[in-house]
Amino acid sequence: MGGTATMAGDQTLLQVEGLSIALPRGAERAHAVEDISFTLNRNEILCVVGESGSGKSMTANAIMGLLPLPHVRPVAGRIVFEGEDLLTKSEAELRRLRGSRVGMIFQEPMTALNPLMTIGRQIGEVFDAHGRIDRRERRRLIMKLLADVGLPDPEVLIDTHPFRLSGGQRQRVMIAMALALEPAMLIADEPTTALDVTTQAQILDLIRSLQASRHMGVMFITHDFGVVAEIADRVAVMQTGKIVELGPAGQVLNDPQHPYTRRLIGAVPQFAPPERPAPAGEILLNVEGLKKTYTTSRGLFVKKREVAAARDITFEIRRGETLGLVGESGSGKSTVGRCLVRLLDTDGGHIRFRDLDFASLRGEALRAQRRHIQMVFQDPYASLNPRQKVGRIIAQGPRAIGVPEAQATARARELLELVGLGAAAAERYPHEFSGGQRQRIGIARALALDPELLVADEPVSALDVSVQAQVLDLLDDIKQRLNLAMLFITHDLRVAAQICDRMAVMRLGEIVEYGPTHRVFNDPQHPYTRDLLAAVPGRDWTIPEVALQDGSPPA
Amino acid sequence: MQKLGFILKRLLKAVAVLFAIVVLNFFLIRAAPGDPAQVMAGEAGAADAKFIEQLREQFGLDKPLHEQLAIYVGDIVTLDLGWSYRQNEPVSKLVFERLPATLLLTGTAFVISIALGLLFGAIAARRVGTLTDTAVTSFALIFYATPLFWVALMAILLFSVVLGWLPAYGMETVGAHLTGLAYAADVAEHLVLPALTLGLFFMAVYARLTRSSMLEVADMDFVKTARAKGVAPGRITRVHVLRNAVLPVITLAGIQAGQLVGGAVLTETVFAWPGIGRLMYDALFQRDYNLLLGIFFVSSAMVLLFNLITDVVYTFIDPRIELK
Repeated sequence: MGGTATMAGDQTLLQVEGLSIALPRGAERAHAVEDISFTLNRNEILCVVGESGSGKSMTANAIMGLLPLPHVRPVAGRIVFEGEDLLTKSEAELRRLRGSRVGMIFQEPMTALNPLMTIGRQIGEVFDAHGRIDRRERRRLIMKLLADVGLPDPEVLIDTHPFRLSGGQRQRVMIAMALALEPAMLIADEPTTALDVTTQAQILDLIRSLQASRHMGVMFITHDFGVVAEIADRVAVMQTGKIVELGPAGQVLNDPQHPYTRRLIGAVPQFAPPERPAPAGEILLNVEGLKKTYTTSRGLFVKKREVAAARDITFEIRRGETLGLVGESGSGKSTVGRCLVRLLDTDGGHIRFRDLDFASLRGEALRAQRRHIQMVFQDPYASLNPRQKVGRIIAQGPRAIGVPEAQATARARELLELVGLGAAAAERYPHEFSGGQRQRIGIARALALDPELLVADEPVSALDVSVQAQVLDLLDDIKQRLNLAMLFITHDLRVAAQICDRMAVMRLGEIVEYGPTHRVFNDPQHPYTRDLLAAVPGRDWTIPEVALQDGSPPA
Repeated sequence: MQKLGFILKRLLKAVAVLFAIVVLNFFLIRAAPGDPAQVMAGEAGAADAKFIEQLREQFGLDKPLHEQLAIYVGDIVTLDLGWSYRQNEPVSKLVFERLPATLLLTGTAFVISIALGLLFGAIAARRVGTLTDTAVTSFALIFYATPLFWVALMAILLFSVVLGWLPAYGMETVGAHLTGLAYAADVAEHLVLPALTLGLFFMAVYARLTRSSMLEVADMDFVKTARAKGVAPGRITRVHVLRNAVLPVITLAGIQAGQLVGGAVLTETVFAWPGIGRLMYDALFQRDYNLLLGIFFVSSAMVLLFNLITDVVYTFIDPRIELK
């Protein structure tokens, strides 16, 4: 971090000068990117950081000549790469550069590869697009590339289709493809955002080592300051189309100058969890030996397959306490959450809620008790019915259990006040709100039934970091004010550190570690917990005081 | 090897379904009001008790139900589909006489619809939002929305009656007794109007499906990956977009191909094309139950056959299929 910045040398690879990119008329602003200038040197990693809509991906696409012309087009400035202005080049000239002098990798490895072509053919396409090469030589080169990016069995993999590979492996294939012709520059657009934390750490290592061994210039786009701390030599911070701060990584991370940078950094959850008093409330929920197995339906000739998503899950939650359920994708954490709210039926074990045997309730009895455990969903866009007004969405639960219309509506307006949106929001439709505001609506909806336990399934992972901090504060505040118990499901250890009193670490359907958050972070017992903690990007970076003073987001 | 196993499984499944259809057909006759022997006697035009008794014995109707079923299934396996009393000929002979004509018509229409549909769909998708796109989509919509028989009648009026370019009905010129190439040319001339009418109707569906499917695929991440690799636009459209976009088209084509045998009743009727559709139409009006059941059996066998072919084609195009 920072240290290599001075060693990077002063060989300029890319120089962006006064670049402006116009958006089509009717967009929320006239320019996606406005008058930005920066340079990228050979043999360095420049991180471009910003929240969604800041224009960081637009900048990358403009350099690659991949903007959706003519709707979005550069209107001013120069992009000088290896001495030539890319904005004056024809599409055919740009095409010769793409893949050969500039490589690019993307956010979604699951969809970035053509599902119908073998890995080898997709990499081979790069060679074919930039000149002829002998077939046997090409095959040898592809296998070497696959080995270079750390993939096992290149001779098997080369004839394999993408669907047999995991997300991390596909991102390695993407990297192999981008680097096939040894480009001088690599543009990485959020390449680890969609990956699990342990996979992310591996991919970051890989990019770092390939960059160093090939002396490449890497433009690395991210929203995550942890990743910046892990990988950047220099940092450019973007806010609504402008670069507000640009400098060596050490300086920007530890002594941010611009108020926006300070606010962003201040919103990053601290990696060190504060010591919290042991929860004193009575035990509200007791889960014992919970089992859930998914079975694919068996066909005439197809054997049924079983996946144990939850096996022998045991934990308890007290009133006024937040329990974190932490794990990577496929660990079964969401399954447990869905079992608790009875969106899924369990295959074994007990869910004791107060003195109720919650897992065995059926029909009317279940309907009557459902209100006590409510859920906040991950995706604030998909979880609200777009055709209903917000007030109606929130009042729906109470109406379903027989609360009079007027009373339910009044309560909905009260709740909208409580989550900080104001009662007038009740008359508007979900699409009129931003992601963070929608998540507030989702929280109000969950609270409408006066639940005693809230199950929050990744409630902030779709949100920008500054909005994320606000929603976390809101959840914490409401929990205390209403003396709720909360099960907080997340893959993000930073978030867990900030909000959870105790946490359970899940892996392959089992809880491998369970205890107070402070203890789990500082004295992890299970090797998997240690791996997880070690993989958190920027774990050695301490968020500077100046950001915490300045950056505390509005409550 | 895995592929062979997959195909074998599908084949076994198809045979099982075919058997179920045969059994269903068998009980369908039983569901008809009255005793089958009486129905047959009625169809044959004689109804005295002795004749009915004779029929019962002859057709094994005095035997228990499961034995009757066994006989019926056995006959079907040897392609004995029964006797048509109206036409006084074996059903199988009637059906298989007509089958080639129908397959010629619907097969040609099928090829026309897929080829033109893919072509126009791809053109519209590449020029989305332009005049070409609007023209193609409107053209397709008109053909899809206009009733088939009306298009057929108008085509006859224009090309046969007014312009006199093409014959209006039938499959060959009556009384010409042509042979060899001349015969083929004669049939081809008769084929043009019915095949185009039927083909354009389905072409509209394929064009619209191809267009929307290509637009959807063009927005996918791997297309951007290909652009970032420096792949030429033409190759991106062919190799990345079209190949992925064609998957739903194949699904639809498989469904349509299954209906090739029974689906051309209207066209065959209007153009007096001597195919299965006409045969079915006639059988329906004459209450020729045996013939109808025979046609049912043959068309359901065709549906299964084409489903099987679609499944196999799919395994070659989409590598993910074997997993499912």
